[in-house]
Amino acid sequence: MAKYKMHVLVCGGTGCHASQSDLLLDNLKTIVADKGLDNEVQVIATGCFGFCEKGPIVKIMPDNTFYTQVTPEDAREIIEEHLIKGRKVNRLLYVDPENQEHIADSKHMGFYKKQLRIALRNCGFIDPENIDEYIARDGYEAMAKCLTEMTPQQVIDVMKKSGLRGRGGGGFPTGLKWEITNRSVSDIKYVVCNADEGDPGAFMDRSILEGDPHSVIEAMAICGYCIGGEHGLVYIRAEYPLAINRLKIAIEQAREYGLLGKNILGSDFSFDIELRYGAGAFVCGEETALIHSMEGYRGEPTVKPPFPSVSGYFEKPTNVNNVETFANVPVIINKGAEWFSSIGSEKSKGTKVFALAGKINNVGLIEVPMGTTLREVIYEIGGGIKDGKKFKAVQTGGPSGGCLTEKHLDVPIDYDNLIASGSMMGSGGMIVMDEDDCMVSVAKFYLDFTVEESCGKCSPCRIGNKRLYEILDKITQGKGTREDIDRLRNLSTVIKDTALCGLGQTSPNPVLSTIDNFWDEYIEHVTDKKCRSGQCKALLQYFIDAENCVGCTACARNCPVNAIAGERKGIHVIDQTTCIKCGACMEKCKFNAVYIK
Amino acid sequence: MANIKLSAEKLDELKAICKSFKNDKGELINVLHKAQGLFGYLPAEVQEVIAKELSVSVAHVYGVVSFYSFFTMLPKGEYPVSICLGTACYVRGAEKVIDEFKRILNINVGETSPDGKFSLACLRCVGACGLAPVVLVGEKVYGRVAPDGVKDIVAEYTK
Repeated sequence: MAKYKMHVLVCGGTGCHASQSDLLLDNLKTIVADKGLDNEVQVIATGCFGFCEKGPIVKIMPDNTFYTQVTPEDAREIIEEHLIKGRKVNRLLYVDPENQEHIADSKHMGFYKKQLRIALRNCGFIDPENIDEYIARDGYEAMAKCLTEMTPQQVIDVMKKSGLRGRGGGGFPTGLKWEITNRSVSDIKYVVCNADEGDPGAFMDRSILEGDPHSVIEAMAICGYCIGGEHGLVYIRAEYPLAINRLKIAIEQAREYGLLGKNILGSDFSFDIELRYGAGAFVCGEETALIHSMEGYRGEPTVKPPFPSVSGYFEKPTNVNNVETFANVPVIINKGAEWFSSIGSEKSKGTKVFALAGKINNVGLIEVPMGTTLREVIYEIGGGIKDGKKFKAVQTGGPSGGCLTEKHLDVPIDYDNLIASGSMMGSGGMIVMDEDDCMVSVAKFYLDFTVEESCGKCSPCRIGNKRLYEILDKITQGKGTREDIDRLRNLSTVIKDTALCGLGQTSPNPVLSTIDNFWDEYIEHVTDKKCRSGQCKALLQYFIDAENCVGCTACARNCPVNAIAGERKGIHVIDQTTCIKCGACMEKCKFNAVYIK
Repeated sequence: MANIKLSAEKLDELKAICKSFKNDKGELINVLHKAQGLFGYLPAEVQEVIAKELSVSVAHVYGVVSFYSFFTMLPKGEYPVSICLGTACYVRGAEKVIDEFKRILNINVGETSPDGKFSLACLRCVGACGLAPVVLVGEKVYGRVAPDGVKDIVAEYTK
């Protein structure tokens, strides 16, 4: 490998890609070449840095300078000022929102201070399309160690001792799962990587695959060695073209290096990986449904047992793990079970990646030790609520999770604590909501999702969730009653107890947790017919403030149903019976005379 | 067997796709992905050909096509507009953006405009939550879209 004096790392993750980071990369490369610096400066695209809010991100190594919101036009200035003259481009540095100071080194930024990157260790560090860079960061060392120095049982014991639990949401101990698959007797066994990340608002797995595909490949091979399987399959969403492409390149490179294929590293062990594409069905995140989908069927779940570890893909023992779980494996082998289990809380070891999004200042991908509190995540890493609004709730676990409130902010995050608080870990989506969000509407939003994604196989999920949605809709339309809230609660309990798979058993969680934590808001909707956040249109009324109205007629002219009466230069009035609550008057009024109540 | 209206050339291409997967019924989803790439959508006659090649019933193929949201039996517009309805986009106002697209294009979600130019769809999370709300027109991503920015996006494609 050529020795470069400086490295320019450009984020090539999806978020930054959408803000033209590819063009920026091209510009940097061209200008570096024009200046004759291509022997000293290396420009590469990396995986996600995590700080998506401020993308596109450019990092200069070795001085660790972190530039934010860089446009393709900024390329020249960065090269001429920073690389050639050694002066940092101040206007592109991150500004600390508290003291307005420019921070050059990402280590000192609030967003990164509390983070500990294990699964994301290489994201934003290496070129994901170059296997040499992965190898330079101890890549494939763990696999070599397993194949040459350890028996499968020894590796399984390390995994068990490390305390790693499934990161897809279930939290099943990974080592134990491997052991069960290892014990199943069969001529053929499969290793499956579940990369069907379907939670709306979650992008952890995709970022790992885009930023560090080799870590998943290496871990799958280690898993194959442990369970005695030679076939690996990655089930990935077709909606992730960039991740698919990087994974394909990585598999090809691993084959060229003899790290996949027959007799890996001269051992008796052979292993190879194929891709299978999902086609947009949330239920396929459930392992039995995922397996049916890979076999070419509708992705409908079946009753467990038999568990896939015993009878899975084409009825052969199949070990299914999620992307983030796999990404942890090589580090655990390299650094040892004791190291890993020293991080985290008592029952949840290691770290967890979260996709932090919603009404928060620092949207992005974060990784924190288990046991970090929600408050630390939201206020220290996330930088607090957007536009200085008031925090209302944080939703974890996606459509299967629940909404947590102010009183949960100091709960240390781990599998068991989140369940005890009425939500769950899920795969790691974390959506922050502020005072403008109506919790009944949020519950309705999730049910809308579940209704659409229910596979229809069992009636509690197919019919029950539809009824839940209808009752919630009725409440947001202002037609709900007190009895409807009880009905929601009863029906939710029945669905949880009787649905076939994980999707149905958890789908009422958003309803139950919002009823529990935001009881007042439900009552306001059904008895006072009011929505305090102003989200439920049917519960709003528009009025014109006589003091501010100057009689410009703008509202009346723009009203699509002629509900506003008033003379020119006279005060206008809205006829509530005709008004369709479209909000056009409010938008057009230049004098802030229109208000809602 | 219904009448096949596909041109002989396209029919051969479709059969070649099936063959590239060894006419294996386990590869049905991969075949459908390729077929949709070829035709832009999966009309009934395409499904019939695939069923025959893979030796499965048309009902089985239809069952799979209708199950997965990625597959469509209706042709998309020249400029397919997709609005992200992931939770992050939802809490940052994606619904109002959808309403505005519906109003300007005068079509509902899942429909294509009569001139075939635009189609409107919702999708769940493209993973660019930092840019919420996100709209895709074809492959191009528009971030932080406000309702009053919708008309400018549409205007870009109606010149």
